[in-house]
Amino acid sequence: MNKLTVSPSPHVHSGDSVKKNMYGVIIALMPALLASLWFFGVGALVVTLTSVAACLLFEFLIQKYLLNRAPSILDGSAIITGLLLAFNLPSNLPIALIIIGAAVSIGIGKMAFGGLGNNPFNPALVGRVFLLISFPVQMTSWPLPIASRMSYVDALTGATPLAVLKEGVKSGQSMAELTEKIPSSINLFLGNMGGSLGEVAAIALIIGLAYMLIRRIITWHIPVSVIATVLIFTGILHLVDPQQYVSPLFHLLTGGLLLGAIFMATDYVTSPMSHPGMIVFGVGIGVITVLIRVFGAYPEGVSFAILIMNAFTPLINKYIKPKAFGEVAKPVKA
Amino acid sequence: MLKTFSIGGIHPAENKLSAQNPIATLDLPAQAIVMLAQHIGAPAEPVVQKGDIVKTGQLIAKASGFVSANIHAPVSGTIEKIDDVADASGYKRKAIFIKTDGDEWLETIDRTPDLKKEISLSPAEIIQRIADAGIVGMGGATFPTHIKLAPPPGKKCDILIINGVECEPYLTADHRVMLEKGDEIMVGIAILMKALSVNKAIIGIENNKPDAIAHLNKMAQAYQGISIMPLKVQYPQGGEKQLIDACIGRQVPSGKLPIEVGAVVQNIGTALAIYEAVQKNKPLIERVITVTGKSVSTPGNYLARIGTPMLSLIEASGGLPVDTGKIIGGGPMMGKALTSIDIPVTKGSSGLLIMPDREATRQPMQNCIRCAKCVSACPMGLEPYLLMVLSQKGIWDRAEEEKVMDCIECGSCSFTCPSQRPLLDHIRLGKNKVGQIMRSRTK
Repeated sequence: MNKLTVSPSPHVHSGDSVKKNMYGVIIALMPALLASLWFFGVGALVVTLTSVAACLLFEFLIQKYLLNRAPSILDGSAIITGLLLAFNLPSNLPIALIIIGAAVSIGIGKMAFGGLGNNPFNPALVGRVFLLISFPVQMTSWPLPIASRMSYVDALTGATPLAVLKEGVKSGQSMAELTEKIPSSINLFLGNMGGSLGEVAAIALIIGLAYMLIRRIITWHIPVSVIATVLIFTGILHLVDPQQYVSPLFHLLTGGLLLGAIFMATDYVTSPMSHPGMIVFGVGIGVITVLIRVFGAYPEGVSFAILIMNAFTPLINKYIKPKAFGEVAKPVKA
Repeated sequence: MLKTFSIGGIHPAENKLSAQNPIATLDLPAQAIVMLAQHIGAPAEPVVQKGDIVKTGQLIAKASGFVSANIHAPVSGTIEKIDDVADASGYKRKAIFIKTDGDEWLETIDRTPDLKKEISLSPAEIIQRIADAGIVGMGGATFPTHIKLAPPPGKKCDILIINGVECEPYLTADHRVMLEKGDEIMVGIAILMKALSVNKAIIGIENNKPDAIAHLNKMAQAYQGISIMPLKVQYPQGGEKQLIDACIGRQVPSGKLPIEVGAVVQNIGTALAIYEAVQKNKPLIERVITVTGKSVSTPGNYLARIGTPMLSLIEASGGLPVDTGKIIGGGPMMGKALTSIDIPVTKGSSGLLIMPDREATRQPMQNCIRCAKCVSACPMGLEPYLLMVLSQKGIWDRAEEEKVMDCIECGSCSFTCPSQRPLLDHIRLGKNKVGQIMRSRTK
């Protein structure tokens, strides 16, 4: 007779794998990638390819020569980091800077902590914020959508809607004047505005969200709580003083809020493990984002908000537990 | 919308290959090997000796201690020896070996097929009869049934829940029993209701068995207080706590028994055994068992005597497939991988699943990516990834705080994990250790 395998139960597996989830996220990012190619053309292509290739290369080099491990660059996680980093950059960023960003993302953001599963901060955001602080000029010059399709570093640039708003409010312009200067909601929804290349097209990002929810790659808790918090918080401000504070819809559709809420806050490794914890995490991101945007020095706050809440994730995991079975036992009718 | 339990759960491929195959009666074994420990609790004490002649249904080992159960001869013949035999896990356990010379039943057992509906015994007599007949929970837990029917002082049962869920993939024994023994089950439930003095019973059945739901619905009209509840297919709905939650929305508190919320749960197979014990005076000496697997030539459901070697069941289903890689006693989620096919059928054997080589081994484990899918899947609301780490590192006090003892070992976490991490293996070790520490504390 054959040799029998003896192992503890369960004896079947769902067939799910790290690769399936990671490539699922990559598929979900495709609509946003296509939108960025439509709006920013050549520049978007160069930035994305450079970023992904550089992330794969750094992951390979570090795994093989620094950690002496079998490289696992095709598990999909480095591709996601590369895509997300690119999505957070302006489409005219010089190649050298993209490579520095990728090195920081993979080297400091991920591998320094032990690789996939061990990093406390979202690697792509670590790279992005490093670049933003180190190269503020290059990182805040935004090519105009559509007009700059055929150009890369020589693209015509303009400000993002949030930057226009921030400057305007600072210099005392009325909201009515400012509304003239910022794109209409429908353009914001489609992505026809200046900005980093993956953040602009709300519709494309929402398609990605729907795909990830249907495939059960992520749950609704984080994206919905981030978005709801921003809408409620900015909605209250708007109601209090519509001259001073812009409408919640504007906040929702600009400044990478959807990109952050859907693709970066939901990063498995750096977000909480329980559903209530995820909601606390999402609300925290929403509140910090609005505080930075409305009261802070930067026009955009999503990246910082996510990184700050990443730092709270271990604490959230420690104190906010899933609802245990039998916790609230219903009284028995006598 | 169909009801189900409220926390976690998964939906593994159902693979109910033998659902359409009627129960076939298996031939008597030439030798019956009757284990003395086939229930939770103390092993039974033999009351026969080598050379004794026994009849089918005769008591051969007596319950010893409060949690234990009687054992009866499944065939008539001669006691060959009382000796060690390897159990499902490969441990040596005592068993009574009977050389079969026929099937001569005790005269006191009613072997006619007539349905006996009239329940003449009092509640106390019913419970005594169930204890005498050696009936244990037949869903797999094998807890002696008579103990479950006697709630501790101060606790009152107001509802009986019958487990017809059969949420384990592949298994179809309960499904067939519901289709073929509907009348007997109904009387069995009526007996249980009388013993518990409750006037309400719910049979929970998952919606993947519409024929059983329809059949029992029709039967139930002739009985007072028995209703059928179709449930959404969701594993592990057959878990006692999950089933109570699904059927009546009450959650049994951590560390407590179902009686805490006024419920008693019994399996479909147990209800049938109770009918036979109380109405026909027949002890528990046979059961229905599913033999199945993707490479098995004729998967089926068999009525087999306790003590029949598993090998006979495999032969009846067309023999051991050449690509066999693993044999599981029970279902794929909670069953035990057998070390050999020489072990006998026991009261808790619900199925025999033969898995091909290609499905027998696990994939290599990868890093935890903290996807939280194990947390979403856990039906007890625990955090399996954390319990695994705590067990690996031996942080037992934290593991206890994180309710490791609440784990019902359903395997949903390991099933779900994209990184193929052996979560339940480590959690089991943790439960074992924390259990020891807790017991030593109360001493």
